[in-house]
Amino acid sequence: MNAFFQFIARHRLFASILFLMIFPFFMPYEALAINILIFGLFAMGFNLLFGYMGLLSFGHAAFLGIGSYLTGISIVHYSLPWGTAILIGVIGAAIGGLIMGFLAIRTRGIYFSMVTLALGQIVYYIFYKAESFTGGENGLRGVKVETFSILGIPVDFLNPLTKYYIILFFVSIALWLISRILNSPLGAVMEAIRENEKRAAACGFDVTKTKLLVFVLSAAICGLAGSLRALHLSIVPIDSLHYLQSGQAVMMSILGGMGTFFGPFIGAAVMLYLEDIVTTFTKHWMAVIGLVFMLFVLFFPKGIWGTILSKLHINQDV
Amino acid sequence: MRNMNQTPILEARNVSKSFGKFKALNDVSTRFMPGTITAIIGPNGAGKSTFFNILSGAFPPSSGQILFNGKDITGIPQHEFARIGISKSFQITNVFKQLSVHENVRVAAQMETSRYNFLSNTKNYQKPIELADELLRRVNLERLRNKITGDLAHGQQRALEIAMALACNPSLLLLDEPTAGMSPEETMVMMDLIHTLASERTVILVEHKMKLIMGLCKRIIVLHHGEFLAEGTPEEIQNNAEVRRVYLGQG
Repeated sequence: MNAFFQFIARHRLFASILFLMIFPFFMPYEALAINILIFGLFAMGFNLLFGYMGLLSFGHAAFLGIGSYLTGISIVHYSLPWGTAILIGVIGAAIGGLIMGFLAIRTRGIYFSMVTLALGQIVYYIFYKAESFTGGENGLRGVKVETFSILGIPVDFLNPLTKYYIILFFVSIALWLISRILNSPLGAVMEAIRENEKRAAACGFDVTKTKLLVFVLSAAICGLAGSLRALHLSIVPIDSLHYLQSGQAVMMSILGGMGTFFGPFIGAAVMLYLEDIVTTFTKHWMAVIGLVFMLFVLFFPKGIWGTILSKLHINQDV
Repeated sequence: MRNMNQTPILEARNVSKSFGKFKALNDVSTRFMPGTITAIIGPNGAGKSTFFNILSGAFPPSSGQILFNGKDITGIPQHEFARIGISKSFQITNVFKQLSVHENVRVAAQMETSRYNFLSNTKNYQKPIELADELLRRVNLERLRNKITGDLAHGQQRALEIAMALACNPSLLLLDEPTAGMSPEETMVMMDLIHTLASERTVILVEHKMKLIMGLCKRIIVLHHGEFLAEGTPEEIQNNAEVRRVYLGQG
């Protein structure tokens, strides 16, 4: 067992992608697997900022939403090809991250969280009011991608399993990027800043610039999750931008294990799977998830994945 | 014997600092010559820490100037200090507690090679890795290389912080009460270390314990109530009537 974990510790990217390849076969239906895949990516992008650099943003729904809406608008209003639409979504989220980060990183602690929350709400209202583009409270409908061809081979995007693997392709690219970031000099500086900002600055690292760069990277990854969500749902609901989505990213990260590579994905999987099961019995699924969340915070503060890793004495970067 | 024509490595010109209405430091001017080791002393509330923080770039003075090798560096951001060659250890230990001992020094040592690169692997940068090992040997922590820093004893963490401060190869090393909270044995080891470091670079330290610095420093600066009180050799300071009155008399 330990050898198995040692193996995934050494090859976290390979192991994660392998796991995600077989993941849909453990799920009751594919749409849930896709949803988990997308929110897992969202939580992992968020965790880059939260778990690895210690900045608790409450505005990350903005990037999920910007990615979703820009991809949706590109397809619905401008009939752009889906690949271009994804790219626009990601770049849009990165620019959003640059602006929000620029305004927010001057503040610390709770003030940082409050500023990101407020800025996230501003983004919500901008998209809410721009009804002719976004469909307002009805959401943006008609993000249709049905069939397309990859290298001349026609692909049926309506087949849920096919859809899962196409989305997994993009998620894998993002996981590769996250894994590279964590191994890089910047990754080391991020953790140094989380551990001790004063020392990091005294060591010659520009704390403000590093925070901004990581904020933008995190926003871009969350933007990709949003773009993929638009393609998956064929609609962009206004709740993509709701602050509850920001809160979900926080909960998923903590539940799975903040500051671990794959923990936030596990958190997303557990939360969404629980939601799926509990909603068949009662509509008060939030109460159940809240209870589970509280138990973990109280007794396993490192989260599900973080606790497993620390019990096995494996470093937290898996 | 100090050559007055030589450019001081660090110079404070009429430095003052106020926090609101409170004047923590009032018109302090002094020079530090390259290759020397100087101690800043004074009773509690003398403004030692404020002065240290200004000299090491934690915050700028309210008025006055700081010159490094004759160049005005007043108000440059903290991270620039390490880049121009001024490094420090804090009064309260500041290390990266959840990272390994080696990683602490390695991060500090990577400052020169790469800071914003997010696509290459740190394992490809051999220089910081080797430098970190070398510095850990210097401060006698090499056998704790892979331990989590938070698990180290207090004295070991302080030694680690000095290794981190050395990682950018500073020409000027500032130490704020380097032996604070240490056992007598740890203190001895630390004083020995500082003694060797001082043979390679300029050292300025703030110290509370008079006895420790008497044998170590050639020059002492005394602050009192935020003002410059006296400077001189340990003997001169010990025999200075005013210093005896405000400082030594208390002990």
